[in-house]
Amino acid sequence: MSAPTGDRPATAAAIAAAVRAGETTAAEVLETHLARIDEREGEIHAFNLVLADEAREAAAAIDRRVAAGEDVGPLAGVPIALKDNLTTRGIPTTCSSKILEGWCPPYDATVVERVAAAGAISVGKTNLDEFAMGSSTENSAFGPTRNPRDTSRVPGGSSGGSAAAVAAGFSPISLGSDTGGSIRQPAALCGVVGVKPTYGLVSRYGLIAFASSLDQIGPFAATVEDAAILLDVIAGHDPRDSTSIPEAVAPVRSVLGDGVEGLRIGLVTELMGEGIAPDVAARVQAAAEALEAAGAEVGAATVPAVTYGLSAYYLIAPAEASSNLSRYDGVRYGLRVDAATTGEMMTATRTAGFGDEVKRRIMLGTYALSAGYYDAYYGKALKVRTLIARDFAAAYEQFDLLLSPTSPTTAFELGAKTADPLTMYLNDICTIPTNLVGHAAVSVPFGVGDDGLPVGVQVLAPALGEPTMFRAAAVLEEAAR
Amino acid sequence: MSDETSPAGIITRDDVAYVARLARLALSDAELDLFTGQLADVLEHARDVEALDVSDLDPMSHPYPLQNVLRDDVAGPTLDRAEVLAQAPAVEDGRFRVPPILGEEP
Repeated sequence: MSAPTGDRPATAAAIAAAVRAGETTAAEVLETHLARIDEREGEIHAFNLVLADEAREAAAAIDRRVAAGEDVGPLAGVPIALKDNLTTRGIPTTCSSKILEGWCPPYDATVVERVAAAGAISVGKTNLDEFAMGSSTENSAFGPTRNPRDTSRVPGGSSGGSAAAVAAGFSPISLGSDTGGSIRQPAALCGVVGVKPTYGLVSRYGLIAFASSLDQIGPFAATVEDAAILLDVIAGHDPRDSTSIPEAVAPVRSVLGDGVEGLRIGLVTELMGEGIAPDVAARVQAAAEALEAAGAEVGAATVPAVTYGLSAYYLIAPAEASSNLSRYDGVRYGLRVDAATTGEMMTATRTAGFGDEVKRRIMLGTYALSAGYYDAYYGKALKVRTLIARDFAAAYEQFDLLLSPTSPTTAFELGAKTADPLTMYLNDICTIPTNLVGHAAVSVPFGVGDDGLPVGVQVLAPALGEPTMFRAAAVLEEAAR
Repeated sequence: MSDETSPAGIITRDDVAYVARLARLALSDAELDLFTGQLADVLEHARDVEALDVSDLDPMSHPYPLQNVLRDDVAGPTLDRAEVLAQAPAVEDGRFRVPPILGEEP
């Protein structure tokens, strides 16, 4: 690991090592980060809530345990930001929606428990597109987040606050969720590392559901090593999530130095042409050459059905969302708008509580599932999903990993795509296929586009291919230096 | 494509009004117009799958085949009742309180 230079914020790995060795304290580390938040949060708006008091208490507790000779874990004293769709007991969790404003969950998400048990200090809940539906963090009921690299640009989304928090140095690591690219795309646009783990690798207990067959929690970090450390902490079976993979999980941090010698890596032809900005495609091509120079065998891969991913996704995800979001009815938690009858109360509450994008997706999903249209839309989309899985399986017979852009363009300006939902959806063409098939993928920063803004390269792996995927990510990070 | 119901961008204003009612959303006339156009655009884009013959494929509702996941039938900790009810909009006698259903008197 390289030493921090200039004002580049310290890595999670460096902070944890220094805190465990008694060379610094969690309290001191925290104050450095809170000062950075004070300085820039006003213009960035990465957070819905900054937890300064709670973080100071937690840091003091870590320092007492270190002083007592305890091993406080691999994230000792490391500030972490949490996407505001992860439940935190007694602390407001909003999903950036008015319908949950002020709600304090009665339980912690499993990942929240795990990062705390590893010594991390939660510094705040980050902004997102309402219920994680969006690609720019402009759909938040509490206002947009801005890209720390250029505040006239969006940070991407839906985990835009978590990506911006890391890019701005508010915390070296953060957690997001990825249903169609919501970790990888903002990571690419903000110039940080973002990981979408294999479906079932990380427990989703306490992740407020958007589309249950697609949602997955994953890390953001400024470095590949930090992302690996965080993934190792949060991965693993949880009996409270019935979709959690029961088998033991292979660690990723320990393989980071293994290189890519002899790995077969395929550049996905279908994701390099139409719709991809030439400067972005050029960086992906350069990444392929870097991997080849490091000893990988790089070739052209074809996964024809990925071009249908967007169509399938925008039927499947809204269908699942329309079901998941039926729970917001004003009865048990969150907003209630009073009315004469329960039915009227539910309609009034949902009408006032949901924003336009959430309403659009609920209606699209309800339509796709409704009598007369189910087979034509939802049923067909599920079969297209099988087709995509089949094409990936064929590609992975020839290749260990695949390579593509993460996002078709660099960060766009605020307001540029809000008027036309379909234009916004097209941001996710490269990331959606991974969610549909439950595989793993990571976005690694790899230089900048013609506008000087970060470009992310996506490394895709089959299910449980994280160790191999991280080896390639580490090589790309080194080559990009 | 042989399906009787063609997904060709045919979502109408009435369809959207019907679906909004099913989803318990009240839309203004202006919203109905806006959403009808926007949903039609998305459905129109989804027409690219029409040309695909997927009749021999099984539907994939989930990334891997899910089976029932059972735990041992042993009592364990649950959410604290008072903490849960403290977050409800209205509570009475330890239960969630709602307005009248089906128009009966409270």
